[in-house]
Amino acid sequence: MKNNRFLALLIILVLAVSLIPVQGAGGTIKLGAIQPISGQVSAYGTQTRDAIMMAVQEINAKGGILGKKIEMVVEDDEASPDKTMNALKKLVAKDKVVGFVGALTSKCSLAITKYAQAKKVIMISPSSTNDTVTDAGNFIFRACYKDSFQGQVVAQFSYETLKAKKAAILYDITNDYSKGLATNFTEKFKALGGTIVATESYSTNDKDFNAQLTKIKAANPEVLLIPDYYNTVSLIAKQVRAQGLKIPMVGADGWDEITNNAGDEVLNCYYSNHYSPEANDPEVKNFVKKFSAKYKITPNALAALGYDATYILAEAIQKAGSTNPEKVRAAMAKTNRKFVTGNIKFDANRNPVKSAVMLKIVKGKDGKLSTQFAGTVNP
Amino acid sequence: MGFVQEFLQQLVNGFSLGFIYALIALGYTMVYGIAKLINFAHGDILMVGAYGGFFVLIALLVTPGSFILSFVIAMLICALLGMFIERTCYKPLRSAPRINALITAIGVSFFLENVARVIKPIGPNPKEFPVFPQKFNLLELDFLGVHINQTQIIIFLVSVFLMFTLNYIVNNTKMGKAMRAVSFDRGAAYLMGINVNRVISFTFAIGSALAAAAGILFASAYPQVEPLMGFMPGIKAFVAAVLGGIGSIPGAMVGGLILGIAETLSKGFISSKLADAIVFGILIIILVVKPSGIFGQNVSEKV
Repeated sequence: MKNNRFLALLIILVLAVSLIPVQGAGGTIKLGAIQPISGQVSAYGTQTRDAIMMAVQEINAKGGILGKKIEMVVEDDEASPDKTMNALKKLVAKDKVVGFVGALTSKCSLAITKYAQAKKVIMISPSSTNDTVTDAGNFIFRACYKDSFQGQVVAQFSYETLKAKKAAILYDITNDYSKGLATNFTEKFKALGGTIVATESYSTNDKDFNAQLTKIKAANPEVLLIPDYYNTVSLIAKQVRAQGLKIPMVGADGWDEITNNAGDEVLNCYYSNHYSPEANDPEVKNFVKKFSAKYKITPNALAALGYDATYILAEAIQKAGSTNPEKVRAAMAKTNRKFVTGNIKFDANRNPVKSAVMLKIVKGKDGKLSTQFAGTVNP
Repeated sequence: MGFVQEFLQQLVNGFSLGFIYALIALGYTMVYGIAKLINFAHGDILMVGAYGGFFVLIALLVTPGSFILSFVIAMLICALLGMFIERTCYKPLRSAPRINALITAIGVSFFLENVARVIKPIGPNPKEFPVFPQKFNLLELDFLGVHINQTQIIIFLVSVFLMFTLNYIVNNTKMGKAMRAVSFDRGAAYLMGINVNRVISFTFAIGSALAAAAGILFASAYPQVEPLMGFMPGIKAFVAAVLGGIGSIPGAMVGGLILGIAETLSKGFISSKLADAIVFGILIIILVVKPSGIFGQNVSEKV
C-alpha cells in the first residue's frame, strides 16, 4: 500500500515536470523585464514597464521577431536587491527567458549580474549607471552611459556654468549608484580646480538629514551635490531649504520625475539626464508623441531607455537568427544605430558611448514645476 | 558659523528628533509596563496615524485648524485600532507564554504593513505629506545664530503638551491609579476589584494615540508617508524605551531624547557613517552597566 502511494506520487511528479517545457514552447519568444513597479522609485518602474510594453506591441504588430511574437514577462523588484534576485531566478527557471530588460537601479542590477552571466541569460539594464554593472561578463549590457561620465558632466557643469568653486556632497553610502557619482564628481571637480568642502553620507531610508546639513551649512559651500533618487532628494531638499541654505543643488538622472514629486524647494536646481523630451530630434519627437498618446503622460528618460533597451534586445535576436544565447550576445555587441536616447554603439565593455543633457528645474506660469534644457555634454 | 553655534544647532536638531522618539517610546513602555508585552506593531500604528493625518490634510488643505483636527482624528483612529488589536490578537494570548504574544505582535506588524501596501488609498508608493505653506511660517526663531524652524517648534510644543497630559492622566486620575496598580501587580489589582481588561484596553488606546501623534510629527518633519515608514522609528524608539528602562514613563522620555541627541551629535561631529553604530554602542554600554536601563527598577528573579 505504502509502495503504491509512493509510485503514484512519483508518476504525478514526472508528469508535472514533463509539462513544464511544453508550456514554454508555444509560438512565442519569451523575454523578461525586472522593474521596480512599486516602492521608492515606482515612477521609474511603471513608466519603464509601459515603454517596454509599447515597444513589444510595436514589434509584435510588425510580425514579431524570427516570425514569432514576443511574450514579455514583467516582474516587480520593488527596488530591493533580494527581490530582484528572486525575480531573475523565476524568469530563468520557470519562464526560461532568452534575455531580459532590467534591473532599473544599479544596486539591483549589481545583485544579479553574476547570476545572469553564469546562466547565460542576456541582461540589458536600461538605466543602471554604476560603472561596475557590466563587469560581470559578456552577457551583461546597458542602454545608458556610466556614472564616471555622468559625475564628470555634473562636476563640469557646476564648475563652469554655475561658477561654483566650493562644493559639498551628501550621498547614500549604502547605494552603489550614489557612491559612484559622489566619487566621480569629487575627482572631476578637484581636477578642474575646485574644492570639496564637505562630504557627508546617510543610509537608504534615512529620513533625518539635519545633522549632516548643519555640518554642510557650516562649511559654506556654493553648490550641493545630492546624487540620489527623486523621493529621497525631495526629502533632503526640504530640509536643506528649512535650514536656510539657498545654494543651488545638483544631481543626476536619479532626479528624473522630481518635478512631480517635490515643491518649490527644488527651484535653483540642475540635473543631468539621458534625454530631454523637448529635444528637436525626429526619434525623440516620434517616441514622445506615441507614448503620450498611449499613456497620457510625457515619457521620462527612464521610459525612453526602457524603450531603447527592448528594441536593442529584440533586434539582436532578429539579427542572430536564433535564440541561442551566444549568437544573440554576439549580435547585440554589434548594435550601432540611432535610438531615442541617442546613437548607441557598445564599447569593449558593452557600455554605450553617448551624450548627456543638463536640465534646469523651473516654475511655469501655472505654478507647476518643469524642466528646461540647459545644455548637452558630449563624452 | 562658529563651533558653539553649530553645536547648539545640532542640539536643536537632536532634541526635535529625540522628542519624536520619546513619544513613540512612551507607547512601547506603557504597554510593556501594563501588559508585559513588547508591541512590535507599535511602529506600524505610527504609520496608520501618519496616513490618518495625511488624508485629513489632503481633504481640508493645510491650515492651523485642519492641522489640529488631523491630530484629533488620527489619534482617535489609532486609539480604536490599538484597542481592537489588543482585543482580537493579544487578549486571547494573555495566559499563554510571553513569546507567543511577542510573535503575534510581529505578525500584526507585518499584517498592518502589507494591508497598507495593498489597499487602494494607501498603496505601496511613497506620497508627499502636506506641510504648512510659506504664508503660515510665523513660528521661526533665529536665536544667537541658531535656526529653529517651524516644524521643530511644533514638535517641541506638541510633544511637551502630550507628555504633560500623559503625566497628569497617570498620576492624577483614577484610571491612572488603576494603571499603576495593574503595572505593579496585575493579580493583586484584579483582586482589589480593578477591571484589568479595561485598564489594558485603555493603555493600548493611549499608547496608540501617542504613536499617531508621533506619526504626524514625523511625517511633517520628514514629509513623506509610505507603508514601511514606521519600521525604523519603531525600532529606534524601542531602543530608547529599553535605554530608559522599559516600563518606566520618565525613562522613555529621557531615553528618546538621549537617543535623538546622540544620533544627531555623532552624525554632526564624529561621522555620519558611524552614527548608528555609536548610538547602538551607547545602548550596549548602558545595558552592561545598568541592565534594567536608566530608570528601570531591578527586579530580582523569584526562584
